[in-house]
Amino acid sequence: MIHAAFLIPLLPLLGFALLVVAGKRLGDPLAGWVATLAVAGAFVASVIVALGLHQHHQHAQTQLIFEWLPVGGFHVNASILVDPLSMTMALFVTGVGALIHLYAIGYMHGDSRYPRFFVYLNLFIFSMLSLVLADNFVMMFLGWEGVGACSYLLVSFWFERPAAASAGKKAFVTNRVGDFGLMTAMFLIFAHVGSLTYGPVFAAAGGLGRGTATAICLLLLLGACGKSAQLPLYVWLPDAMEGPTPVSALIHAATMVTAGVYLMARVAPLLAQAPDAATTIAWVGAATALFAATVACAQNDIKRVLAYSTISQLGYMFLAVGSGAYVAGLFHMVTHAFFKALLFLGAGSVIHGMHDEQDMKRMGALRKWMPITSATFIVGWLAIAGVPPFAGFWSKDDILAAAYHKGFALWLIGFVTAGLTAYYMTRQVALVFFGRARWGTGEEAAHVAANQEGHGATPHESPWTMWVPLVALALLATFGWLINAPWHPANFLERWLDPVVGAFSVAHGPSTAIKVSLAAITTVLGLGAIGLGFVVWDRSAEHSELEPEILRQAWYIDPAYAAVIERPGEMLANFSADVIDHGLIDGSVNGVASLVRDSGRELRRLQTGYVRNYALGIAAGTAAMLAYVVVRTW
Amino acid sequence: MSISPGPYLVVAAALFTIGAVGLLVRRNVLVMFMCVELMLNAANLSFVTFARKLNDIGGQSAVFFVMVVAAAEVVIGLGIIVAIFRRQSGATADDLHMLKG
Repeated sequence: MIHAAFLIPLLPLLGFALLVVAGKRLGDPLAGWVATLAVAGAFVASVIVALGLHQHHQHAQTQLIFEWLPVGGFHVNASILVDPLSMTMALFVTGVGALIHLYAIGYMHGDSRYPRFFVYLNLFIFSMLSLVLADNFVMMFLGWEGVGACSYLLVSFWFERPAAASAGKKAFVTNRVGDFGLMTAMFLIFAHVGSLTYGPVFAAAGGLGRGTATAICLLLLLGACGKSAQLPLYVWLPDAMEGPTPVSALIHAATMVTAGVYLMARVAPLLAQAPDAATTIAWVGAATALFAATVACAQNDIKRVLAYSTISQLGYMFLAVGSGAYVAGLFHMVTHAFFKALLFLGAGSVIHGMHDEQDMKRMGALRKWMPITSATFIVGWLAIAGVPPFAGFWSKDDILAAAYHKGFALWLIGFVTAGLTAYYMTRQVALVFFGRARWGTGEEAAHVAANQEGHGATPHESPWTMWVPLVALALLATFGWLINAPWHPANFLERWLDPVVGAFSVAHGPSTAIKVSLAAITTVLGLGAIGLGFVVWDRSAEHSELEPEILRQAWYIDPAYAAVIERPGEMLANFSADVIDHGLIDGSVNGVASLVRDSGRELRRLQTGYVRNYALGIAAGTAAMLAYVVVRTW
Repeated sequence: MSISPGPYLVVAAALFTIGAVGLLVRRNVLVMFMCVELMLNAANLSFVTFARKLNDIGGQSAVFFVMVVAAAEVVIGLGIIVAIFRRQSGATADDLHMLKG
């Protein structure tokens, strides 16, 4: 059954090819269905391969597709690595991806570039699968760049809006900084090991010096920070919300941004040689988690809150990986994919129902008009806030326990972040679904009425293609934790991933008593934050004292980057344009031209056109030559 | 019998001077043309003089070349002059300065 592995990336690729050729003819909504079926087929193939892998007792296997780069002693194969880690990624990428494709059929309905959207979406799934299924760094990098390109295309999908176009560029350029690190790390690996295939590289990991391993891991971390939106390269993710909401859910919450976490888990054998790098990862993650959570408390755009929340949760995953708790990190990645995709799709449903309104301050009381959306959104809220027994509670507390083992300060940051997370998500839910309806009065009613065309005058529930994924994801967000319950026979994910990361994980975490008490403290904090947030934000939507300007502006990081990087860059560009290009290069070219022209203009006067002038010249010249000869021979 | 070359050279120099000065001061194109011929023949005369004096046939043969070239030049020059006078009658050399830079 493992031999079906080639089908996993092939089906989305076929869907992509079919849509490129015939997408326009298939039209709306058939193109969407083709794309959805391709991804759903890939999911079925992943399930079959995963079952086969289970029968083989999770022995990693490599399926060769073709030899890609046989150069001397250097071989790069296009081959599929079937091991528990890659199959975990493939399963949730295709599973969540299929649900989001289904959702997009309804969400993108009526868009003028409907087929193209699914072309990009299928290409994205294919790239993501080649990223996670690769058995070497080069193929992985190919997928890495592929998802980056798809991210660019999809963020700026509505490129008529200048904000969307520049957000796409920002995402692309910021990721280039990370790619610099990733590529340099690959060069270093090749220089020291002579191969870029995972097997030989990890086998040689023990022989690398500690300094080399640390350098490689830190450079890989730079790449992961770009893709997974960690400090200091997170700036592109909030802006990426300009893309259509299914894109935000699929790429910028569930799958692509977790690529960095996947990479860190994949190179666990290298990280085991570089404890300093692991500590750095943990601190980057913790700092990002806290930073993004504070910013999320003061945002008004429904999707921006979720964007900062995603950054914060990714920080948790980095914290877990840096603490050596790979399973906890991957567990949180999966549960986060469930509940954050759910929250994004719910937000999309709200935006859809509110006729493209994204400001939470102009919503309120929507639970009466959008019952399914609000019920599922509330499930997502409880899951991310860490309320037992929803999925987020289990994975987050795994991470916090690991962080506690790594260092008390790391745990404390994670703990505070957990409280902030519960608070800002409660604020969002209260503003959107509870409280007073702030859209139906006076000017806003006219605004809503003016925007509706053929819809009802009030917010409305979304079509079934949109709420079915919501319900499915809500079920996953509720019961998804069962894949890795924290007691022995039920810890499936831990036992499943053991062959890949077990040897590099922290052997003995904190004792069960400490774990339970940590979880209890965190839960109490979360519930307290939920209560506080609800009491405050349900009554009134205006609390400017709780939304300080510095948090609204995200700690002024964007303006700081603009001042430190953009302005010198602009000055350099201006210097090059005005002084070097205009002055030096244009100047020398124009100088030669004007020298010829001016000297020509002066010399023209000699050509009087009078024959006697010329004759006189000849005579004078002859006389001068004669005089010279006479003088010389004298 | 040998004749002193001096008088011949004096005549040649006088002819050349007349030609050169005439070329510079006259404006009639035909007259200027004749002045050129005067200068050419002054040169021819000195060639022949030195050929006799030095007993070298080279000078005399050079004269033939000059005469042939002068004949060709006369054909071209007169052709140009006729063409000019067809375009504008009574033009002097100074009127013909359309190639002024």
